[in-house]
Amino acid sequence: MLSDDLKSMFDRVIARYPLKRSAIVPLLLFAQDELGYISDEAIEEIARRVEVPPIEVVEDIGYYSMLHRHPIGKYNFQVCTNVSCQLLGGEEILAHCSKRLGIGHKQTTSDGQFSLEEVECLGACCGAPAMQVNYDFYENLTPERVDRLIEELKANGRAR
Amino acid sequence: MSDYQSYMKGSPLEVKVISARFGLPNSTSIDTFVAHDGYKGLAKAFQMGPEGVINEMKNSQLRGRGGAGFNTGLKWSFVPKQTDKPKYVVCNADESEPATCKDRPLMEYDPHQLIEGIVIAGYAIGAHQGYIYIRGEYRYLMDILDRAIAEAYARGYLGKNIQGSGFDFELCTHTGAGAYECGEETALLNSLEGLRGYPRVKPPFPAVVGVYGCPTIINNVETLCNVPHIVLKGAEWFAGLGTPKNGGTRLFCLSGHISRPGVYELPMGFPLRKMIEEVGGGIPRGKKLKSVIPGGSSCPLLSADEIDVPMDFDSLAKIGSMLGSGGVVMIDEDTCMVKVAQRIMKFYAHESCGWCIPCREGTAWLKALLDRLHGGGGLADDPDTALDASYNILGKSLCPLGDAAAMPTISIVNKFRSEFDEHVRLGACPYAGRGSGFGARGWGAA
Repeated sequence: MLSDDLKSMFDRVIARYPLKRSAIVPLLLFAQDELGYISDEAIEEIARRVEVPPIEVVEDIGYYSMLHRHPIGKYNFQVCTNVSCQLLGGEEILAHCSKRLGIGHKQTTSDGQFSLEEVECLGACCGAPAMQVNYDFYENLTPERVDRLIEELKANGRAR
Repeated sequence: MSDYQSYMKGSPLEVKVISARFGLPNSTSIDTFVAHDGYKGLAKAFQMGPEGVINEMKNSQLRGRGGAGFNTGLKWSFVPKQTDKPKYVVCNADESEPATCKDRPLMEYDPHQLIEGIVIAGYAIGAHQGYIYIRGEYRYLMDILDRAIAEAYARGYLGKNIQGSGFDFELCTHTGAGAYECGEETALLNSLEGLRGYPRVKPPFPAVVGVYGCPTIINNVETLCNVPHIVLKGAEWFAGLGTPKNGGTRLFCLSGHISRPGVYELPMGFPLRKMIEEVGGGIPRGKKLKSVIPGGSSCPLLSADEIDVPMDFDSLAKIGSMLGSGGVVMIDEDTCMVKVAQRIMKFYAHESCGWCIPCREGTAWLKALLDRLHGGGGLADDPDTALDASYNILGKSLCPLGDAAAMPTISIVNKFRSEFDEHVRLGACPYAGRGSGFGARGWGAA
């Protein structure tokens, strides 16, 4: 079920545009933020509100790499391996995360806590190697810093 | 949040115009902004009138900071004056060119500077609505901008009859959701209309037929942040900061094998060698420089003997490369250039939107070839095949993504050919274990 807060946010976002369908991508991302993924119900609701057939909403989901049709881990590790990060060990950070979490690219741990993804440039090049956990940036990474982060996330839910 | 110390290490060689307010306490608040000349450019723009602002912009020699380097005032002047259609200002905050992280501090530390630039742009072309298209990964920046926009509305710098001028302007943020291609202006327009981010055929150019079929200007974050300063201090002052036809300063993002990585504001035309050695503190661990990506991964790479070049659009073009988006990546002697080429191509193959066949097929195919070469299974004519395939992508796609994939590849194969041949001869990577990656940080063997 979509919350009333989310539905009223949908109304505010749609009102920003002369063409309602402009709101599709923001609404999908905001729905995902609340639900953890984009459900069938969210697709139907968004399509109805912006007055397009649901298939056009599904088309967008297939295009944008941050949008997921299925639940992923509570903490999504998105490790950059693009050039600036690669030169300073981004691939080693990815391999380390993979070993520590026991999962590969676009996989989720069986307890639903962690997902891992190799991503393209995050715009954190001066803090390379870098990653995002959900929307939070973690930069100047070392394997030790990754280990600490995983422990802190397990213990407290959020870490620096 | 970004770590201020990681990004803004500072250098005595900097000339701070658009980064001048970054270090102030509460730099994102409207009170701080107004106390430090904020929204004064807007007040002056209202006195100058739209034509006056556009002329000032043209004369300032401000060129687009997203990468294409087109004269911003000229771009604005293409918007038709007599039209019944509404006009739009779109700020391209989809920063995603690899190695580029300069729009991030601009939005994080001084959001009102950007808002002021957008309102002036709207006033100049007669638009009453603006959108800031921000990449989905930059959610915390969207929150900062949303707060700043609310402050600007509350204080009468957005909305109806701004500061008693009679000019109305509405502004809001718009989020993407992960797609490099949406940084291309026509793909961005499709994305803003709720479609997949495929590019459009040009002409017509967005200045005439843009979002919702209406006249639209699309400018990069950094470009718009310069606008209030040009209006306030004049075109002559701004042009004088740089080199001929390259006005102002530029935020350069130094990354890769460099002792002091960070974002530095330097005058246009600043010498690359001095940037590496004096601003960035040289190459770590006493290593030699092998190559430089001068402006994001779409630019042809430079070899170490090409760094005596002024960093402006025309000087870089003269030596066959591009100033691009300001992302300067230093690559040291321990680095395998075949691997660099492979990683760059992996990016373009992943991000090609698939609309134009030469780009879609060419990037995937080149990635497979470079994977094979780096893995040791390359054939003797693979380097020539890579060149041939690259030349067959060049100029054959609607948007510049295809060119962006081909150009660095061509430059790497041509300038570092012996490394490609060496991979073929050895059937393995000669740089394996030589310590780029973690080794470059002194964190032990790679």
